[in-house]
Amino acid sequence: MLFAILSIFVVAALAPVVHRATGRHSGWVLALLPAALFVYFASFLPAVVGGESVRLAWQWMPGLDVQFSFLIDGLSLMFALLIAGIGVFVVSYAGRYLEAHRDLGRFYVLILSFMGSMLGLVLADNIILMFIFWELTSITSYLLIGYNHEDLKARKAALQGLIVTVGGGLALLAGLVLLAMAAGSWELSEILAGEDSLHEHALYLPLVILILLGTFTKSAQFPFHFWLPNAMAAPTPVSAYLHSATMVKAGVYLMARLNPELGGTELWTWTLGLFGAVTMFTGAWMAIQSTEIKKLLAYSTVMALGTLTMLIGIGTPYAAMAGAAFLLAHSLYKGALFMLAGSIDHGTGEKEVPNMGGLRHAMPLTAAFSVIAALSLAGLPPLFGFVGKELMLEAALGAPDALAVVLPLLALGSAILVVAVAAIVGLRPFFGARREFKRTPHESPGAMLAGPAVLSVLGLVLGLFPALAQPLVAATAMSIHGADPGMELKLWHGINLPLGMSLLSLAAGLVIYRFWDSVRAGIGRGMAPAMRIAPERGYERFMDGLVWFSDFQTRVLQNGHLRTYVMVTMLTTVALVVGTFAALGGFEVSVRFDDILIHEWVIVALVALAAMFVATTNSRLAAVASLGIVGFGVALIYVFFSAPDLGITQVLVETLTVILLVLVLFRLPGFLKFSNPLTRVRDVIASLAVGVTMTAVLMATLGVQYFPAISEYHIAESEPSAYGRNIVNVILVDFRALDTLGELFVLALAAVGVYAMIKFRAEDRKS
Amino acid sequence: MTAEPLLAILVGVLFATATYLMLRRSLVKLVIGLILLSNAANLLIFATSGLTRGAPPLIPEGMLTPEGAVADPLPQALILTAIVISFGVLAFAVVLIHRAYEVVGADDLDEMKDTDT
Repeated sequence: MLFAILSIFVVAALAPVVHRATGRHSGWVLALLPAALFVYFASFLPAVVGGESVRLAWQWMPGLDVQFSFLIDGLSLMFALLIAGIGVFVVSYAGRYLEAHRDLGRFYVLILSFMGSMLGLVLADNIILMFIFWELTSITSYLLIGYNHEDLKARKAALQGLIVTVGGGLALLAGLVLLAMAAGSWELSEILAGEDSLHEHALYLPLVILILLGTFTKSAQFPFHFWLPNAMAAPTPVSAYLHSATMVKAGVYLMARLNPELGGTELWTWTLGLFGAVTMFTGAWMAIQSTEIKKLLAYSTVMALGTLTMLIGIGTPYAAMAGAAFLLAHSLYKGALFMLAGSIDHGTGEKEVPNMGGLRHAMPLTAAFSVIAALSLAGLPPLFGFVGKELMLEAALGAPDALAVVLPLLALGSAILVVAVAAIVGLRPFFGARREFKRTPHESPGAMLAGPAVLSVLGLVLGLFPALAQPLVAATAMSIHGADPGMELKLWHGINLPLGMSLLSLAAGLVIYRFWDSVRAGIGRGMAPAMRIAPERGYERFMDGLVWFSDFQTRVLQNGHLRTYVMVTMLTTVALVVGTFAALGGFEVSVRFDDILIHEWVIVALVALAAMFVATTNSRLAAVASLGIVGFGVALIYVFFSAPDLGITQVLVETLTVILLVLVLFRLPGFLKFSNPLTRVRDVIASLAVGVTMTAVLMATLGVQYFPAISEYHIAESEPSAYGRNIVNVILVDFRALDTLGELFVLALAAVGVYAMIKFRAEDRKS
Repeated sequence: MTAEPLLAILVGVLFATATYLMLRRSLVKLVIGLILLSNAANLLIFATSGLTRGAPPLIPEGMLTPEGAVADPLPQALILTAIVISFGVLAFAVVLIHRAYEVVGADDLDEMKDTDT
């Protein structure tokens, strides 16, 4: 399993080479990898369908409870199969769709890395591992949305997606850590198998809120839904893959995964149920107003994600079954529809649905598959979408409490709109009068039809024979619900309320489709005021605010005045130290001045006076001379207190310093009085605060030793191990030789810098 | 405890004067402040490890360990590195300042003020 995931990243790294070697067939060649993975994952089917879950683990960081552990049960297997399966077609499709693009090699790298991240995310058992893959999907998706990086819109959309999902990711990380603390394990399988329910745990409320923030942003739930339609700036294969079938479902996956442990409370049911239903309706509502075919599909994806969230929230066995079936149905038809939309764009150069028409002659296969997939989207028999939709309506009717009224109403409203959307994308471009296009419409090549063909026909086959999907869907529902829901998928449920709702939605949806143009215009006028307070405005305000704030704090903190930096740094240090002293209730000073020899008094007084003189004199020569006194005085202090090596070094360095200063400083102008007396008083006060603080720190640390000195080892081993009798030297050139090497590099760099500055000056003069 | 309290006061004085000089607008004073600051920091490390009179960390010839207690060699090694590094930084800073002054020009002290503020 670890090998399977890692192999994707390895192949991703090699993809540009493969692309160059195989040319226009690179799509098919690289699609072999997801195909092989699909077969590999399918080999787990017998065990998983039998109700088992497989767990595979490799050690990574045992001390931190982080390991490469993977959990394969119904839910993760369903996702893994979808990711690998749809991945096959997306990669082969991209090979032709982006054939002419100069960066196709880079595209393969990104899409395969994304695939690996997504598989890791759904299969990971370790929470931290899962989070790492979660973030990786955000990052790869950012790069994929911004794939056409010369397009400002694409870059903006990419950044928006990244900020929303990664912002949510931060909340998620906190939530997952709380979850692990509350449940006492970092492994999802152990958390789910735990005996104790977390419902009564003190951390339950915060952890649910934080985790839901992460999943809602990732899965584009209201009010974070706006980033998903914008992400359609990505190339079509990306939209088909990331923003319909996989990445946006990561949030849904996590909610489904944690549902058995966290679900069942009023908080969970109401939050997921309501937000899901509102998202569902918002998506459908926005879809009907869009004219660009990918936008239409993107909003219908928002609607589907809302539906899934709602179903997880409802939490009945019925809802779990409905969620699993709907998930499968949606991935099949939405993947197909996106690729078909790309085919239309590829074949005609047209993206706006109102400008399309009569394409059935030029693109017969595209038209046929579009109709099949759209029928599934609309939820008509005998497509698998119908099975999912019936279950969904039934589950909405079975929701607890007052939700049983609200949810079916919103579901019905969305169903009506979705029928219209399905007709718009499935019928409008292909039927009616023939239109003129930028390019002469032509049918897409085989590589671009294979995916839609397989996915849409699969939707039809599974609809006719739901028993084929039954084992995996039931296993998935079992993971979502935590127990076997014990239900059969059926195409025909008999005459009941959901069927009536379906019929109603079909009729009403077709009416809306008939009058789409005027409906759209009407809604557009009516919605204009509402758009001003839409959540996306909130995002824009937030981003503007962020820019304003960084501008403001840069102006205050980084204003280009070095002395402001010095002042802020020093005073912050003082405040922190004094604050710590105050928090600890002061410190005990037991200093005695009786054991100080007379020459020590003299030398210390001399150094102190010289330093003060340096600070106050206006003569450069006096300053340099006094600086020399300070330096040599410090050297003497080293010598008095048993540090002859320091003394020698200090004397050498001090001599050089004085020479250097004398050489250079006298080429500079004399000291000028730049500052007024008031500033100087302020500076004196600040400096005194720093000085007093440092003295206090030193006084406080005197006589405190928390650990035995590690130099005992150096003293003991200097002669026996390193054959040196000067211990300080031995430390420098033996025990800590690598540090000394680093120091040499620093000195060499400084020397190079000095040389360069002097040399360039000479050249300037010549020229 | 020997002269640590005395050194503590000296360290405070050095830090205070260094800070004061670094708060000036003159570049030259900034450099002088830096020199004082590195001396202050070195003395701080030196004093925290405890002071010992007349027992340098040397091993007499023919012996495996020093006779009796000696001064802690580790802080000394650290400070030795620090002295050398700060000299490197100083040399670089001095040349940099000189260069900046040359570029800005000797006549225009206002501009010089701008660079160094």
